[in-house]
Amino acid sequence: MTTTQFHSPATLAEAASLLSAAGARPLAGGTDLVVQMRSGRAAAQAVVDLKRIPELTGIRRTADGGFAIGAATPCTALKADAALVAAWPGVVEAANLIGSVQVRNRATMAGNLCNASPGADSVPALIAAAARCRVVGPAGEREVAVAEVPTAPGRTSLAAGEFVAAILLPPQTGADAYLRLTPRTEMDIAVVGAGAWIELAADGTCTAARLSLGAVAPTALLVEAAGAALVGSKLGEEALAALSAACQAAANPIDDKRGTAAYRVAMSGVLARRAVLKAAARAAAAHAH
Amino acid sequence: MSRLHITTTVNGDAQEFLCEPGTTLLDALRGPLGLTGSKEGCGSGDCGACTVTLDGEMVCACLVLAPEAQGRRIETIEGMAGAEGLHPLQQQFLAHGALQCGFCTPGVLVAAKALLDHNPDPSESEARYWLAGNLCRCTGYDKIIRAVLATAAQLRQERSPA
Repeated sequence: MTTTQFHSPATLAEAASLLSAAGARPLAGGTDLVVQMRSGRAAAQAVVDLKRIPELTGIRRTADGGFAIGAATPCTALKADAALVAAWPGVVEAANLIGSVQVRNRATMAGNLCNASPGADSVPALIAAAARCRVVGPAGEREVAVAEVPTAPGRTSLAAGEFVAAILLPPQTGADAYLRLTPRTEMDIAVVGAGAWIELAADGTCTAARLSLGAVAPTALLVEAAGAALVGSKLGEEALAALSAACQAAANPIDDKRGTAAYRVAMSGVLARRAVLKAAARAAAAHAH
Repeated sequence: MSRLHITTTVNGDAQEFLCEPGTTLLDALRGPLGLTGSKEGCGSGDCGACTVTLDGEMVCACLVLAPEAQGRRIETIEGMAGAEGLHPLQQQFLAHGALQCGFCTPGVLVAAKALLDHNPDPSESEARYWLAGNLCRCTGYDKIIRAVLATAAQLRQERSPA
């Protein structure tokens, strides 16, 4: 399908109206959409650029002390927000592992989510953070958990005409981390990605934890048993072994050129453990202050 | 299909062109604007040969739609040399032999200039990470990195003579 229209609305309402038309696609960073349009993989009769809508760019504090990140905010802009980096360093790091500087100057977390690649780096970090999305569409607005957006490679739960307007991060009560395993150090796609969030009591006992894995299943996984394995523990060997086992049990990967399924399963447990320990070190440092 | 009339600024000059809605900025630069310094290597954002800056931030021109350039400020390799001659980065690339076939060089130079604009004193590691999105199949990168770091040192000295 040839792209016959390009729109750059100035308001969210205008964007919603334009995107309710059949064949219209939202354009944020374009690092996936433009490539897919050119290869013929994505059909976009009309492209609706979200980057000129003030409400969709930048990072705002929410009333509950969390953050609302506009859907058109590029990954590199996240690093420039000191409060966001302090509260959610794992999310910021995950978004800034994607591609190159050139790509991160354009690419957005909302686009990373809606592209629905199993290996999307920011998605496990967002799921571990219990992030939600503000979704706008023909039927109005709704909120949905990030974890519920991707349904299969390249597919999302968004209805026709719906698009993500913002990523919502809750107030931080613990700490997070994201780690990724790739054959190369840059410009590569995850063999396994692990996002961890942990909340510690003053004595170091884990009071809550969430662990999410990327690149080991058709969509990023929230491994509830992995988080549960840590609660009540002080992250001793037994709890960490249970966490790793839960991740290895949940992983359901494929073989590809970056790694075999067996390697991915094994590394799921390793990366999850390292991510949890990194998040826990951050949570302990926050207590120390 | 209606062509779009885009007005933008390229290398400091007001420019206008006509394009189809799905045209990339790279195709607009190399086509109607006649600026063929930016190269198309992969067309998918992997190689960086089309690196330009858009409102001061480096991007792959192959991943930007030309209509997005409306009212924006674009800098390409053609704008790097000044009236007084080559940019110090270009001079150091020549002095260090930091190119062979030259296809990646325009993108590498634009990216390296963006690095030095952001960080006048990058470490070797910072320079290598910054340029990770610019693939070079000839040099093995070492001479590129040496040229970039030599330029950084030269510019620091020129800014604050000892």
